[in-house]
Amino acid sequence: MHQEYTVVEGDFVNAGTASSSVKKTLKQLGVNPQIIKRVVVALYEAEVNAIAHAYGGKVLVDIEADKINMVVADKGPGIPDIALAMQEGYSTARPEVRDMGFGAGMGLPNMQKNVDKLNVTSEVGVGTTVEMEVNFV
Amino acid sequence: MFYHALEIDDGKCIGCSRCMKICPTEAIRIRNGKATIMEDRCIDCGKCHAACPADSIYIKQDDFEKVHEFPHSVALVPAVFLGQFPDDIRVSRIYAALKDLGFRHVFEVESAVDVYVDVKHRYARENQDKEPLISSFCPAIVRLIQIKYPSLVDNIIPVKAPLDISAMYVLKTLTEQRQVPREEIGLFYVTPCAAKIAAVKAPVGEKRSIIDGVINMDSLYNKVYRKIKEQGKGYSYQALSTPQLSADAILSTLTNGERRICLAKRSYAIDGIENVMDFLDKLENDEVEGVEFLELRACDQSCAGALLSSENRFLCGERMYARARKAAERERNGEVARAREMEAYKDFLVENASVEPVQPRSMLTLDKDLAKAYQKLEKINKLKSYLPQVDCGMCGAPTCESFATDVVCKQMGMTRCIFYQRHLERLNDITRQECLAAMNSVWGNDPIGDANPPEVK
Ligand SMILES: Nc1ncnc2c1ncn2[C@@H]1O[C@H](COP(=O)(O)OP(=O)(O)OP(=O)(O)O)[C@@H](O)[C@H]1O
Ligand SMILES: [Mg+2]
Repeated sequence: MHQEYTVVEGDFVNAGTASSSVKKTLKQLGVNPQIIKRVVVALYEAEVNAIAHAYGGKVLVDIEADKINMVVADKGPGIPDIALAMQEGYSTARPEVRDMGFGAGMGLPNMQKNVDKLNVTSEVGVGTTVEMEVNFV
Repeated sequence: MFYHALEIDDGKCIGCSRCMKICPTEAIRIRNGKATIMEDRCIDCGKCHAACPADSIYIKQDDFEKVHEFPHSVALVPAVFLGQFPDDIRVSRIYAALKDLGFRHVFEVESAVDVYVDVKHRYARENQDKEPLISSFCPAIVRLIQIKYPSLVDNIIPVKAPLDISAMYVLKTLTEQRQVPREEIGLFYVTPCAAKIAAVKAPVGEKRSIIDGVINMDSLYNKVYRKIKEQGKGYSYQALSTPQLSADAILSTLTNGERRICLAKRSYAIDGIENVMDFLDKLENDEVEGVEFLELRACDQSCAGALLSSENRFLCGERMYARARKAAERERNGEVARAREMEAYKDFLVENASVEPVQPRSMLTLDKDLAKAYQKLEKINKLKSYLPQVDCGMCGAPTCESFATDVVCKQMGMTRCIFYQRHLERLNDITRQECLAAMNSVWGNDPIGDANPPEVK
């Protein structure tokens, strides 16, 4: 089952569109609520990053009977040092983004914690792709 | 399977589908020209009852005559009941009328609010890991969470409602202090809504309730009001001892009533089922952080806006506020000792006020088996692409999506969709008879009747 969503730079109002819709699908499938929660939290963080740090992008979701695969690909400045960005508390969020309650530097670590597979690739000046996978059992 | 207090009177139902469109859990379908309720989805919130123009949705109650079967019949009344009456009718008068109607005792259920709050606070202290803790006060909300937000069931505080604690207390005092045998005691709950009835008849997290009967608040209001009018102004009556609820207890059933006395640093009080669903959607996504306590109520203005309230919700609410202000004044002046009444049995009540954790029963899950659910969902998505997504309701389901789900899960025919019918007609794949049969299965035989069609130019 394939789903696609677009995220728009600076559009915090619609952050969570993809994760809400994925949540509904997983509820219909009867996936364990705790696993649904992990999926939703991770995808939401990735969505917000594409909105806050990049110029928007696409969310591609593929659901199978035993797992979900999510790709959030953006056009943006990219991440120069991925290992550093993965550290808890590291953030380059602008003050106006911080004012909205983001920028604790916990997004990527949160994704790491909640998914079974995480793969971040990035090219400076081009964009970032976050790929995540969560198994249902 | 699931007890419901709401039922549809087929004789009165005109099949207008207003209830179907307003139901927050999409629990209503139209079949053969009548609305039907899907038992496993209904949360007894009563939105349909309020929306019905034909008065065909009713709330089951016990026969009032049952009150006379017990030498010690007890009316357990909610504080909103007194809020129904105009200001010039004194409380003692209302109590006297209740007595004349056959109740030997009258007890306001909010008397137990202090114990209830105590148990909640205790639980909150020991279960900070389960925050945000959600009040179980409103039974429609508990059921909503069970079926629509199963991941949040563990956040619900598993404590009995003030009603049940009051019932335990009344039983205890009558049997122990006054030596009345249990079988002579009839506990009757005067309910302001359908959800509370369902909670009494089929409690969540409990085997069975100790309440013997349920009486609808609107019908009792009529009986009491008539009695008072009958008796006239000069009627001399012997009053039962009238209640001394604390201000906190009086306000507890109104919006913010629990929140204003909770110990949480951050809490929200949300009323109205749509507002609650908006919030729970966010909460489920972990989008709201640091919330410790949630007071959620299905009705606008909480119990003052309850289904069986005959009074305007704001007028009723203000009367309760006025009463609470007086009570607070008395408390400040030290005229009343607060909540002494239950003191003697407090330990017993606290000990017995817990219920089992609430279990989820998701309505959204398409199949217990994930692989099968997956196949069904694929079919539903495919069907959806054939449907117009206008949610016209002509198929007898509230949305195209719920129709597609019905088609797949209940193996219904797609031809109930009028858009799909036209599509098949163009392909010469359906006869006029088949179209009519499909329509009739939803709206009944010829809903327009034999009237001659008006001349239209
Ligand atoms: N899609 C992206 N494009 C460019 N830079 C990114 C992207 N995602 C993350 N980063 C960089 O990595 C840093 C850490 O990201 P992370 O999500 O962990 O924290 P944050 O977004 O700053 O704060 P929080 O997620 O806690 O609100 C960001 O501050 C940013 O510098
Ligand atoms: Mg982030």
